[in-house]
Amino acid sequence: MSMDTMRGKSAIVGMATAGVGEAPGFSAMELLGQATVKAVNDAGVKLSDIDGVFAATSSHAFPTMSVVEYLGLKPRFFDGTNVGGSSFELHLLQATMALEAGLCEVALICYGSNQRTAGGRLVSMSEPQWHETPYKPRHPITAYALATSRHMAQYGTRREDLADVALAARGWANLNPEAFARGPLTKDEVMSARMISDPLSKSDCCLVTDGAAACILVRADKAKDLPGKPVYFMGAGAANYHRSIVAMPDLTTTAAAESGPRAMEMAGVSQKDIDVVMVYDAFTINTILFLEDLGFCPKGEGGRFVQDGRIAPGGELAVNTNGGGLSCVHPGMYGLFLIAEAVAQIRGDAGDRQQADCNIALCHGNGGTLSSQCTAILCSEAAL
Amino acid sequence: MTMEEISKLGPQAAYEAHLAEGRFMIQRAASTGEYVFWPKVTSPSGATDLEWVAAKGTGHIHAITVNRARAGSWNVALVELDEGVRMMSTLPDVETAEIGAPVRARIETTEEGPRVVFDLIAEDAA
Repeated sequence: MSMDTMRGKSAIVGMATAGVGEAPGFSAMELLGQATVKAVNDAGVKLSDIDGVFAATSSHAFPTMSVVEYLGLKPRFFDGTNVGGSSFELHLLQATMALEAGLCEVALICYGSNQRTAGGRLVSMSEPQWHETPYKPRHPITAYALATSRHMAQYGTRREDLADVALAARGWANLNPEAFARGPLTKDEVMSARMISDPLSKSDCCLVTDGAAACILVRADKAKDLPGKPVYFMGAGAANYHRSIVAMPDLTTTAAAESGPRAMEMAGVSQKDIDVVMVYDAFTINTILFLEDLGFCPKGEGGRFVQDGRIAPGGELAVNTNGGGLSCVHPGMYGLFLIAEAVAQIRGDAGDRQQADCNIALCHGNGGTLSSQCTAILCSEAAL
Repeated sequence: MTMEEISKLGPQAAYEAHLAEGRFMIQRAASTGEYVFWPKVTSPSGATDLEWVAAKGTGHIHAITVNRARAGSWNVALVELDEGVRMMSTLPDVETAEIGAPVRARIETTEEGPRVVFDLIAEDAA
């Protein structure tokens, strides 16, 4: 199997979310189960048809085993690779390989979390790094703040630019009835938010919500027999250099600078072909870093690029049209929600925030502390 | 712990043992001259003949943040040592510092044990 033979070989035929925002009284697995049942119904398949399971969560050491038992599945292929929030973009690649190799016929990619109602803070199984522990970093924010400090010093990025990212996200969330943080937000409010880890304030941080998502993937030839509009796998790529922020080679350039080009090469597209850009915005600096690293603006120009509403509704580039992790949903590992929004946009189901003629969407997942970077590109049948 | 005893330990335990004896040591590969931090069993190029050498102790601030909590504030910095390796640390005596500022290491004893921290080097002394 070579890279160019994977393009267009699988399709998302079912996609659903559950418990987005607050879901009091439900466990992480219960929300994951609800999303999966909805995704299966959306696809027009049965739960018992699922024979490939791809899962990662923040609360299960063996996520595929837990999912399999809970849903009564009997898969013949499974993969619980956990690369944080980027897991699900990687799962798209792995599931496509497994489908194409004939290892499974109906693949489920799923995630669930009840972190907001369970404790109100980020749930993580991430272990402390012994060489960092004496300095009491508060990860993940300390790591992202360190990267931000470097970007500011090196490229003149300002807190006002970070604020523009937060305001754009809120603008999109206000067009999305499912978004958790809706309502007016002013630049003054953003700029005066409580500082948490200089230069990042509360307004620079993603939400802490509940939420689950599930996606059903089949081979492209099989997708034609199912009732819905398929969203095709066009390409994906991954790159990873470090675990701890201490070991990040260049704090201003993430491995997205390699995963993005890999995904675009497989997909046979360039930046100008992308209709919707979904990047993992755990913090405002992420959007700036990823727009640079994925080639939507030159390195160092991200802060200036996001000014004047360029990535807000009505702007030049549609970025994080669901409202992002900053204003829509962030249940700990957000990567599958990037895919959910890309699917909604390509299907034409995105309501007031729908982009006209949306055929190609890029989903960029980030895991750890700017560590694992996985990019996936999805498209409509017309764009194949 | 004697040098003989430390030499039998794995890299993490050896680093911590040196620190407990008041020494800030980092690794250098004898064959390639590569410095390695944090301590490991191999250099990035694959050299395993890693020796412990005293860190020069000087470097500069590569990145810095101030964590702010109800209980108080403390800075967390990435310091690039003159040997070219980077480590997480803190500057206990200042609120924050400029990126690029020269710093010098010292070993501070805390309730949780010894740790390497840094002080700003005054411009005229740098």
